[in-house]
Amino acid sequence: MSNGGAGRHSSLPGFGLTMGLTLTWLSVIILIPLAGLFLKSFELSLDQFWGILTSRRTLSALKISFGLAFAAAIVNLVMGMIIVWALVRYRFPGRRLFDAIVDILFALPTAVAGVALTSLFAQKGWLGAPLAELGIKVAFTPLGIFVAMIFIGIPFVVRTVQPVLIDLDAEIEEAAASLGANRWHTVSKVILPSLVPALLTGFALAFARAVGEYGSVIFIAGNLPNVSEIAPLLIVIRLSEFRYADATAIAVVMLVASFLIIFAVNRLQRWAQTRIPAHWRLIK
Amino acid sequence: MNQPQILITSAREDLRTEPRIIRVVLIAMAVTFLTVFVVLPLVVVFAQAFSKGVFAYFSALSDPEALSAIKLTLMVAAISVGLNLVFGVIAAWAIAKFDFRGKTFLISLIDLPFSVSPVISGLVFVLLFGAQGFWGPWLQANDVHILFAVPGIALATIFVTFPFVARALIPLMQEQGTQEEEAAISLGASGLQTFFRVTLPNIKWGVLYGVLLCNARAMGEFGAVSVVSGHIRGETNTMPLLVEILYNEYQFVAAFAIASLLAMLALITLVAKTILERHLDEGQLPGD
Repeated sequence: MSNGGAGRHSSLPGFGLTMGLTLTWLSVIILIPLAGLFLKSFELSLDQFWGILTSRRTLSALKISFGLAFAAAIVNLVMGMIIVWALVRYRFPGRRLFDAIVDILFALPTAVAGVALTSLFAQKGWLGAPLAELGIKVAFTPLGIFVAMIFIGIPFVVRTVQPVLIDLDAEIEEAAASLGANRWHTVSKVILPSLVPALLTGFALAFARAVGEYGSVIFIAGNLPNVSEIAPLLIVIRLSEFRYADATAIAVVMLVASFLIIFAVNRLQRWAQTRIPAHWRLIK
Repeated sequence: MNQPQILITSAREDLRTEPRIIRVVLIAMAVTFLTVFVVLPLVVVFAQAFSKGVFAYFSALSDPEALSAIKLTLMVAAISVGLNLVFGVIAAWAIAKFDFRGKTFLISLIDLPFSVSPVISGLVFVLLFGAQGFWGPWLQANDVHILFAVPGIALATIFVTFPFVARALIPLMQEQGTQEEEAAISLGASGLQTFFRVTLPNIKWGVLYGVLLCNARAMGEFGAVSVVSGHIRGETNTMPLLVEILYNEYQFVAAFAIASLLAMLALITLVAKTILERHLDEGQLPGD
């Protein structure tokens, strides 16, 4: 398996050149533009910054984006686990097709997802009409945002947890069962704990994606200020009003939040790596 | 994955599965969920696009505005995929073939765009090049158009698609190590010869994989492009932006006709991705 790792002996040419080009390109496209955002935010005094963030409309938008993204990520956590379990452990007609189409959610442009979901859940839509008869209105309400966020987040949970469940050693389960654990105990005490790092990673990725999501949400959201207006949309609105300071302040808060989430994910993965060998040692 | 299962005795199998009723309920939940969130949205796109017949569909697609959006999308994708391909390969060479301090940090910098909201990816370029941005006044004085023009759209697209090629290649090239390249160099090949004759044949499927995903995102990007495009009709609207405009004007057939092209792009990408993954799995067999 191991090829001895990457070239420790740097007898290969081109390190200076390729590293230089990499750092230049990275700086021009990513680092300088992102630094510009933070520089712009420093032009604001703390009072101004605070004033923007605590204005009713900004606060509502942030609450809607973060709150609904969190709720959607929890649904994705549960549904993602169920989907992975069904795809990995059971055999049913169309299983491979269903497995393959999960990736469509990654590949489908967000604007297409947005108009498609809106059309499905609108009051005369295929799903919207029966739901309306039950008195549930999805499109153009916060519930619509929630639905779009579930849509956008689900593949992250599925594709993070699936390989871990596939690689899980059958012997552990069999050992637990033969030692007298019933199925529920085996699943909850043996299998789920070894999936926890992957589940949390999938949850965090789905959450981060949903917080910043724009295209698939704005069509179905209704976009009523303080009710169904997400933070990314408010950034766009402030930009169109030439209120750059407002847009910048909201963007900085969202950016810092998503960096924290990604940082947490990295720590999680490191934790999982150190945790799994320990887990193995316990069994052997 | 998906290899035929080794025959195991039913007794052993019983230890690893749930009662039939639970199995049925879980499968039903998974299938229903995926149908509602994946199958139905795809079907509704095509149903709406063809709701007024084939003629309306094709006349919507041959509208001058649609054609200009398709052209712009192809052009922007070509620019951003091309540039990210070149720099992705260069970055993967530096990162995968050499050891240096801060490698993990560099990789997470390359990954940054994945964790930035699309809208913010556009906003950063408005803050640089906009009328009130850092370089806006200078650009205006010298009549250089970046924002609300092709360069801005391309920049925002390059930003959001930045990690794809590099991230597809780094693990692949790390796994392949440096022995073959070192052999070539010690036999007197130049660096470029080594890359094109030794490295490239080994990573070609990975390169295609990265390009494929990069292209799908480049053509479909909405939020970032929306912020920098200015929505000038027939000039700075990409296909996803035109979907939005037509939809908001209640031109549903036209909106969904364009959307159907993007949905087909996603489907083709998915099929190509499956094929490439098969090649990549084969390439990782021992003794390769």
